[in-house]
Amino acid sequence: MKIVGLLIVVLSGGLLLYATEDFPPWGDPASPASTVVSPRYLEKAVEEASVPNVVTAVLADYRGFDTMFETTVIFCAGVACFVLLRIFTRVPEDRYYRHVPTGVTIHIKGGGKINERSKVFERIDTLWTPYDLIIRTVCRLLVPFIQLFALYVIAHGHHSPGGGFQGGVILGASIILVAISENLRAAIGRISERLDGLLSAIGVFIYAGIGALCLLLGANFLDYHGLASLLPGDQPAARSHGILGVEIGVGITVMAVMICIYNNLSSGGKQDEGL
Amino acid sequence: MIWQLDLAILTLVTLCAVAAITVKDLLGAAVLFGAYSFMMCLLWAIMGAVDVAFTEASVGAGVSTVFFVAAVFRTTRRTKD
Repeated sequence: MKIVGLLIVVLSGGLLLYATEDFPPWGDPASPASTVVSPRYLEKAVEEASVPNVVTAVLADYRGFDTMFETTVIFCAGVACFVLLRIFTRVPEDRYYRHVPTGVTIHIKGGGKINERSKVFERIDTLWTPYDLIIRTVCRLLVPFIQLFALYVIAHGHHSPGGGFQGGVILGASIILVAISENLRAAIGRISERLDGLLSAIGVFIYAGIGALCLLLGANFLDYHGLASLLPGDQPAARSHGILGVEIGVGITVMAVMICIYNNLSSGGKQDEGL
Repeated sequence: MIWQLDLAILTLVTLCAVAAITVKDLLGAAVLFGAYSFMMCLLWAIMGAVDVAFTEASVGAGVSTVFFVAAVFRTTRRTKD
């Protein structure tokens, strides 16, 4: 069976490699894509949308409808992960607490609790490894800078590489770093499950809402120059602001979905004890 | 574009890909997959597709490696086949 599988893979791989022979050479100026479509964007993007990064202009403006459904796909991935993994059974579970001054661990069976706000007892995971001071401190210092960089990536997506997807992933990664360096409950304490689900929907809503706003103002769906009457500046400036708006929506959705997937995956759907 | 560098990275991509599917240790496979993504990111950057390289670095090498490690944490570390 393995040999048959290998044979199929090698055959289809060879066929694909053979087919690439018919592709135009890499960076060929005479290829169909770079004779008609690309020059139009390269020449007009700055003039029409006042966005120096042509990739962002194509992604969020000329092909904005595509990106909207890409965001929806990410949202659906988060929802699928939630539906598949999340467990809501209310079986009382054993909990472990650590008495901080003495370092004694207490095992409470059958859903018993100690006040979570207690300064003397802290809740620990079943597979608890002692917190490392260096890791905790470095991560705590690093997280604000990671988040600042993520916001920069989202907001500066017009001018440099980056945008909503990358910035959102980095923003989600900063929360995941909190979950890894402390514990999952610390991260859920920062962004609760309810807020997370709400944010992932709000991002898509912002994107589609900006499109609908353009429709209300008399332009086509996601045609941002309709926003010119609301925003300061001329039509290219309005398109630039529209791109920024949808990038923020994409960023919020991607961040929330990344956190949702990580929380459900690492805790096995219980959102209680994780990696 | 320096073709020697290009070839070296392409070889590493292939090596990482083959190693990631043959290795028995699932955590090792996750790390190798991260290395594969990072090499792909370098290839994108060499070809001038900086936006794609950025996405590959953040999604492929960053978050998906974390997801794989989290998934391995919830299963066994050794694969059976």
